[in-house]
Amino acid sequence: MTEIIRTDIASARELIAFRIGAQEFCVDIMSVREIRGWTPATALPQSPCFVRGVVNLRGAVLPIVDLAARLGFPPAEPTARHVIIVAQIEAQVVGLLVDAVSDILTVTDDLVQATPDVASDMAKTFVRGVLAIDKRMISLIALDQVLPAPERDAA
Amino acid sequence: MDAMAAIKQTFFQECEEQLAELEIGLLAIQDGDVNPETVNAVFRAVHSIKGGAGAFSLDDLVHFAHVFETAMDHLRAGRLAPSHEVLKTMLRAMDVLADFVRAARDGGCVDAERSQTLAKELRALDPDGSGAGSEMDDEEIAFEPVLMDQSMFDDELEAAAAPPVRLFTIRFRPKATLYAKANETALLLREIGLLGEMAIACDASALPLLSELDPEGGYLSWTIELLTTQDEAAIREVFEFVEWDCDLDIESDAASAAPDDIDLAALIQKMQATVEAELSALSPPPTRVDPLAEASRKDADASADPGVIDLAKARQKKSEQAVGEHLGPKPDQGAAGGASQPTIRVDLDRVDRLINLVGELVINQAMLAQRVMEAGLARASGVATGLDELEQLTREIQDSVMAIRAQPVKSVFQRMPRLVREVAAMTGKLVRLVTEGENTEVDKTVIERLADPLTHMIRNAIDHGLESPEARAAAGKPEEGLVHLSALHRSGRIVIEVSDDGAGINRARVKEIAASKGLIAADASLSDEEIDNLIFLPGFSTAPSISDISGRGVGMDVVRRSIQALGGRISITSRPGRGSTFTMSLPLTLAVLDGMVVTVAGQTLVVPLTAIVETLQPKIADVHGFGGGARVIAIREHFTPLIDVGRELDYRGENADPLACVALLVESEGGVRSALLVDAILGQRQVVIKSLEANYRHVPGIAAATILGDGRVALILDVDAVVASSRADSAAFEQSLATAG
Repeated sequence: MTEIIRTDIASARELIAFRIGAQEFCVDIMSVREIRGWTPATALPQSPCFVRGVVNLRGAVLPIVDLAARLGFPPAEPTARHVIIVAQIEAQVVGLLVDAVSDILTVTDDLVQATPDVASDMAKTFVRGVLAIDKRMISLIALDQVLPAPERDAA
Repeated sequence: MDAMAAIKQTFFQECEEQLAELEIGLLAIQDGDVNPETVNAVFRAVHSIKGGAGAFSLDDLVHFAHVFETAMDHLRAGRLAPSHEVLKTMLRAMDVLADFVRAARDGGCVDAERSQTLAKELRALDPDGSGAGSEMDDEEIAFEPVLMDQSMFDDELEAAAAPPVRLFTIRFRPKATLYAKANETALLLREIGLLGEMAIACDASALPLLSELDPEGGYLSWTIELLTTQDEAAIREVFEFVEWDCDLDIESDAASAAPDDIDLAALIQKMQATVEAELSALSPPPTRVDPLAEASRKDADASADPGVIDLAKARQKKSEQAVGEHLGPKPDQGAAGGASQPTIRVDLDRVDRLINLVGELVINQAMLAQRVMEAGLARASGVATGLDELEQLTREIQDSVMAIRAQPVKSVFQRMPRLVREVAAMTGKLVRLVTEGENTEVDKTVIERLADPLTHMIRNAIDHGLESPEARAAAGKPEEGLVHLSALHRSGRIVIEVSDDGAGINRARVKEIAASKGLIAADASLSDEEIDNLIFLPGFSTAPSISDISGRGVGMDVVRRSIQALGGRISITSRPGRGSTFTMSLPLTLAVLDGMVVTVAGQTLVVPLTAIVETLQPKIADVHGFGGGARVIAIREHFTPLIDVGRELDYRGENADPLACVALLVESEGGVRSALLVDAILGQRQVVIKSLEANYRHVPGIAAATILGDGRVALILDVDAVVASSRADSAAFEQSLATAG
């Protein structure tokens, strides 16, 4: 009995699903620190186009990544309805700008399918796998690729 | 051996404290302090270092400390007069002792010749002229290192490899001098206990009546029966430091040399029985423990930091428990070290986290106040009054938290007397250093980064500022030159002054050198002040020859750069024949910065105030195109590159109209002046510095970020980087024009 419960817990995980345009994505809930509304960001000079700038998160300077632009969609035009997912990526805390948070999913690892072999850089770089839930397709995002690498300095 | 490493670290921290105390004491004696307690304090400092070093088998350190201690003992006993020469030797010996401590901590070695010379000098101080006697002591010390850790940690291992067990009878009669040297019998007895199975009997028969009792005398003696696998040398080693302050008989029971014949357990039982019987007969009144308690207290007093349970005190406590149980009431722990202020050691990280949180609190409070104002609540309403109180509280909290990081500049100032002695010896000048305001507090980071520039300035003051004794005598001044180092708080900053009573700046010579090096035009007419400030120019050095002390190609310009990097300013005033004064003004903390808040292309930026020389409104006639995209501005007929910050940071593609803008004349690395074009100046403000790298990465042209009163992030401009990149940009721009054309 105990054994079975344990395996259940081990393989089940929770994901936060969100929308960018018409597509749905999700990230592991364990890496999400909080979700907050959009506030105007201070632009950073000489930054990649997907870095919207920095905002004040209770005294910490939080860089905002426009996930749409990062994934190769047209850049978002943020409104008050847009949402920032504050995520922990290794030692850094980053805000991800998305259209809206749609769901919290509890899934087991066996539901995650391999990324379909399509000729998209986005799929290869950022998508770790896809989930089929209620006839929707939700892509699981690998967060560690989201921030630009420090050595690939824009200057 | 992590625990050991931690203990060792504490030992080194305490060594620093002891050395500081030693220096203060010696300097006080030099200045004529005749209080015996001062002499005792310096003696205790050396003794504690020696004791601790012995525990870690730092033989060289122990050896030198012992020689030092012996000399100090003559001073203490009044056999040696505290003459100027004696103290000079002692001060230099202290420097060597500090070198030994540092060498033991950081690795590396000590100048052997120097330490030997000093050891010899110290021995020569022996008033009996029996230098040979103390040398004998030294040899004993040198050849038998104390290996307390062996017995402490490898007890069981040793038992397994049991060499023959022998029974020793040790009779130990401490003299009063043993206590006077801050030794503690309890510690020694416990050390013996570590060697094997032990039974102790205390002989209190020599105790006089209370009325006749000298509280600092030694009346107790002990008989110890020790069953050990160690030899006699190991036992003698324990008493190594006190051998000449006690009567010690060690007898070995030859019969017990054959361990197989002995019923150990029975023997121990027998010993315990005897000892317990003797102990129960012995219940002296509390006063009788005084010699012991006195020694313990002295030990505790010697440690400047009672909040930290260090090695010595941990041992002391344990031994007090052990001995106290038998000998009566324990010495009052509360009284120990009561004179010094209690302190605690805290991780810097924790303090910084607290400072960050308070920074957020301040911003939040400002935002809240703004919201309340916007909501149109009356000034007199309860909410507004509450907010006012909150504001005061947050200010107070912020000040108190900043004060945690603040430390007295003492820690830097204390290093200077040694420097002065060394530089004085090298230059053959007579120098007296007077310090003032050592307790002025400033942020820890500022203190750390203050040491180098200050060292350089003091060197300069002695090497270039002061004249030789002959020249001083000829000028009618006392032969001994004076270097004055002071610190004080002035309008939210710390002001540090280094002044000397030397010849002052030789303006004719400075001007000549500056002209010969092409730093100024040969016929330039400069005010005295302008000439004095020439010494801050890069590549300027007045020393006719490169001396060992200053003028290693690092000039005052480096000092000025490092002061500016701290957000400070430095200036000089000089009066010919009377001396020069360098004045540094530094911010009290590096967590905040004085900045000018400006707007550029709709963005709010903060420019560090220390970089800004002046602000001006450009006139159309003053701005000239210069090559491809570059522009210059004439400021008082001096052409200065004009840098559009908005373009430099890619906020806009086109050059802004200089007429609608404000120019900030800034001075960047190497004293280069440039004009930065910004849209408008919003005001001047103290801002809390926030790192961009923590969550993102370094951004070229940006030093850091901050959060303004409205809760928005503003970027702090890196003036040096912007100026440097604008130079690189114009070169690249011209190149691209050439290839496109």
